[in-house]
Amino acid sequence: MSEAKEYKYIGQRSIRPDGYDKVTGRAAYGADMSLPGMVWGKILRSPHAHANIKSIDTSRAEALQGVLAVATFADFPAQKGASKDLATNILANDKALYHGHAIVGLAATTADIAERALELIDVVYEVLTPVMDIRDAIKADAPLIDEKLMTVGLAEAPTSASNVAARQEFKKGDVEAGFAEADVIVEREYYTPTIHQGYIEPHACTVSYDEAGQSMIWCCTQGHFDVRAQTAGILGMSLSKLKVIASEIGGGFGGKTTIYLEPVALVLSRKAGRPVKMVMNRDEVLKATGPGSASRNWIKVGAKKDGTITAMQAKLYYEAGAFKDSPMMMGCMTAFTPYDVDNMYLEGYDVLVNKPKVAAYRAPGAPQAEYAAEMAVSELANKLGIDQIDLRIQNAAKEGTQTVYGPKLKAVGLVECLEAVKNSPQYKAPLKAGQGRGVASGFWFNIGGQSSVVLNMTPDGTGILVEGSPDIGGSRASMQLMVAEEMGMEPALFRPIIGDTENLAFSQGTGGSRTTFATGMACIEAAQDVIRQLKERAAAVWNVTPDQVEWAEGVAINTAGDDKLTCAQICKGAERTGGQISGRGNINARGAGPSFAVHLCDVEVDKETGKVDVLRYTAAQDAGKAIHPSYVEGQLQGGAVQGIGWALNEEYVYNEDGLLQNTGFLDYRIPLASDLPMIDAIIIEVPNSFHPFGVRGVGESGIIPPLAACGMAVSEAIDIQIVDLPCSPPNVLKVIQENS
Amino acid sequence: MAVVEYKVPQSLEEAVAMLSSGDQATKVLAGGTDLIIQAKAQNTDPLVVVDIKKINTMMGASIDGSGLTLGPSMPCAEFTAREDIKAVFPGLVEAAYLIGSTQVQGRCSVGGNLCNASPAADTIPALICNGAQCVIVGPNGERTVAAEDFVTGVAQNCMQQGELLKSIQIPQPAAKTSDAYLRFIPRTEMDIAVAGAGVSITLDDAGVCTAARVCIGAVAVTALLVPAAADALIGSTIDDAALQAAAEAASAASKPITDRRGTAEFRRHVVGVLTKRAAKIAADRAKEK
Repeated sequence: MSEAKEYKYIGQRSIRPDGYDKVTGRAAYGADMSLPGMVWGKILRSPHAHANIKSIDTSRAEALQGVLAVATFADFPAQKGASKDLATNILANDKALYHGHAIVGLAATTADIAERALELIDVVYEVLTPVMDIRDAIKADAPLIDEKLMTVGLAEAPTSASNVAARQEFKKGDVEAGFAEADVIVEREYYTPTIHQGYIEPHACTVSYDEAGQSMIWCCTQGHFDVRAQTAGILGMSLSKLKVIASEIGGGFGGKTTIYLEPVALVLSRKAGRPVKMVMNRDEVLKATGPGSASRNWIKVGAKKDGTITAMQAKLYYEAGAFKDSPMMMGCMTAFTPYDVDNMYLEGYDVLVNKPKVAAYRAPGAPQAEYAAEMAVSELANKLGIDQIDLRIQNAAKEGTQTVYGPKLKAVGLVECLEAVKNSPQYKAPLKAGQGRGVASGFWFNIGGQSSVVLNMTPDGTGILVEGSPDIGGSRASMQLMVAEEMGMEPALFRPIIGDTENLAFSQGTGGSRTTFATGMACIEAAQDVIRQLKERAAAVWNVTPDQVEWAEGVAINTAGDDKLTCAQICKGAERTGGQISGRGNINARGAGPSFAVHLCDVEVDKETGKVDVLRYTAAQDAGKAIHPSYVEGQLQGGAVQGIGWALNEEYVYNEDGLLQNTGFLDYRIPLASDLPMIDAIIIEVPNSFHPFGVRGVGESGIIPPLAACGMAVSEAIDIQIVDLPCSPPNVLKVIQENS
Repeated sequence: MAVVEYKVPQSLEEAVAMLSSGDQATKVLAGGTDLIIQAKAQNTDPLVVVDIKKINTMMGASIDGSGLTLGPSMPCAEFTAREDIKAVFPGLVEAAYLIGSTQVQGRCSVGGNLCNASPAADTIPALICNGAQCVIVGPNGERTVAAEDFVTGVAQNCMQQGELLKSIQIPQPAAKTSDAYLRFIPRTEMDIAVAGAGVSITLDDAGVCTAARVCIGAVAVTALLVPAAADALIGSTIDDAALQAAAEAASAASKPITDRRGTAEFRRHVVGVLTKRAAKIAADRAKEK
């Protein structure tokens, strides 16, 4: 795409279709569903971080009046592969693998009875030494979390089990030769803590089991088709016998792309013969659901005096939690991708620890690795005496850059983001003494994938747009605008809704920043399908061929005469021209455009207490084309805020027994509105040629740069290089005291 | 929580009678911002609550030449809106303002904060540094206890079954006296003190400190009055050396623990910093009087 195109509807800041329901409280979330005869499910969780389960006796609980059913791992059919790990995370098998690991599910007529019954379950544990840190976990004599786990990806097949699940490497050029050319080298190891996605809405579901017909799950999820597949997989059910309805969702950030409660609730419902509702509390959410990996990442970067970066090397260790599959590979693939450097070598290790199984968190794996890489690059700039932004522009990835993981980049907006930040009012404003400034880049791939959409036209010419991507960030507004643009009709004429798993063919969940890109393309295809049919109907009325009909501004025009028919007129007469009109867009979208982000952070540090105040913040990011600019800005700002939280105060605090100490939002400190300045959002638009309107996903890249932007700003403010996150007051004060 | 009975006395006598009688656990309900959360979290046995907010003297405050008489259950939102109180005890008002969110401010109270006896309570150091007296009424009549003696341990106070905190009284400060309270939290609000310091300072016309009280919070099982820190300030013009000495005295007196909110070393250091800063603010305010 070359010229910036004029659009009629996209680019507008329209009122979101779901807005009224949300501000009036009518919107129904995960915990808002009740069914006749419904009973309550609760989970008994492990009080230990690592323990063998010697026995489980539920007889006293089952004897309590009102208790209807219990469920344990033994109620799941035999599992294989990834489904086995998922099932064993949902209900422990023979070992409790982290503090809060689910052991038994129980259903009773009231929530209070269920709570009391949990206390009557007798579990005999043999407590084992917990493994809570990468450095301990990789030791040869470390206690084994999974005695059968053999490291995958080593040059020689291992002969004994280990807590390291996998090793991977990515390589281009020759780093040794590259470092030999370098005049300046920076080499450090960085740490990032375990963090949680921090969605406000806890996990919740209401389910009803039906052995003959179709079972139902209502839940808050980023992907109800994925809930169907995962739950049916664990329970050995046919996909067509399980219907999943996605409620409104109060945040997910990747953490609601997996399941915790649903299979337990279905087992309980089957046994109790009643619908079952389960709602986690915050304590359970923090103890047992999707944290993001802690990491220890070693980085080495080198450059010539003129600023040419000659080599970049990394060794990345990611915590997977108690089951393999941390996003370590994503870390390797993203760490150095903002740079067009010939010599790169990255190794990644996937390490088990006695913490919850990690889940996706907004650009999974990228913030940890890019934090380390960007801190090193900024330090390199300082050592070279080159401006942090100029060094990045000089070495920036651009169209044609060979990535370390395979493809060459198409047109991307990194240089544009860097220049926008360099020209921002913030970058031009001088700092006062004691303040610090940090700049960092972020790269995320984005994905496409399968999306299914149906556009059902009504007899009055309005349309119901049925899509399968749960709306987390305002995507219904974007879908509405894209269909309106394609149809040439007012957005309000189209009602976007999220269909359940039986209204549509399979659709992937909302994740990977795919929805506005991929589901948007499916919406456009469905609109094109409707336009094709509208033209055919008009042609039939006028007795011309469809190619003699043009479609413009929501009106069919007979090019062989002067006739016109509006969409409403054609739909009203559809009964007489062949029946009702419905368009379909079932696609597997390719060509997702990566989105680069560049952030700028100014801080002040109270050197007597270590407290960091973020003074000013600018976030620039490439959106390709911003369909709804307000929600694009919202994504940029939201990503920045989550990343600032990660950098400054968020972390899981475990005691020496591996028990999580901060299981509420009082002590798991996400930033408050009053902690933050306005985040100035700059939207860059370098169109993605694979999307009709040029869209790139924007949901994830924004969380990547804040870690290093904040970390570097703090480093400059205290004039000491920060390496470990978070930059919480005790940590920062310690660094100051140790260096004074 | 299973509240089995909700009682609303109209007088102190009635309240004392309700609190004294009965076999079941009985709790005073003021704003309920601590009680309800604790009852939910602890899944307590059946509870009788005695809502004392209908007793007039529990809910208001008066300030005159003799000092402040505070109804213990007066909502903090009302208390902090009182310019006449703020003019005399700005530090105490600031401490009360730090409790909870805007919504919680409408329910929570200084008396509730005191009776709840959290080591991290914000108003307790501010009350103690101002020499507050607690008037307690019970089956055997009235007694008065100094604020620093009221709290006896974590979530423990000196009141016996049947007793009720009737009022909090703070004598009118001497001329050129003012106070300040500072706490440390990693964020800007919605948090619990990692350390806190309340300081009251009296100056003479030459700006020399003639009296001082320093009380530190969240660094021991109860708020601690630190005479050594006060002594470091008395006789000085609140210069940097005196402030530093007060800070060191406060740090030395602290007995903090390491927990999820901060390490012992961090708390010990920061309570000194807060003491120093609060003393400076209090002195600056005293000069303006």
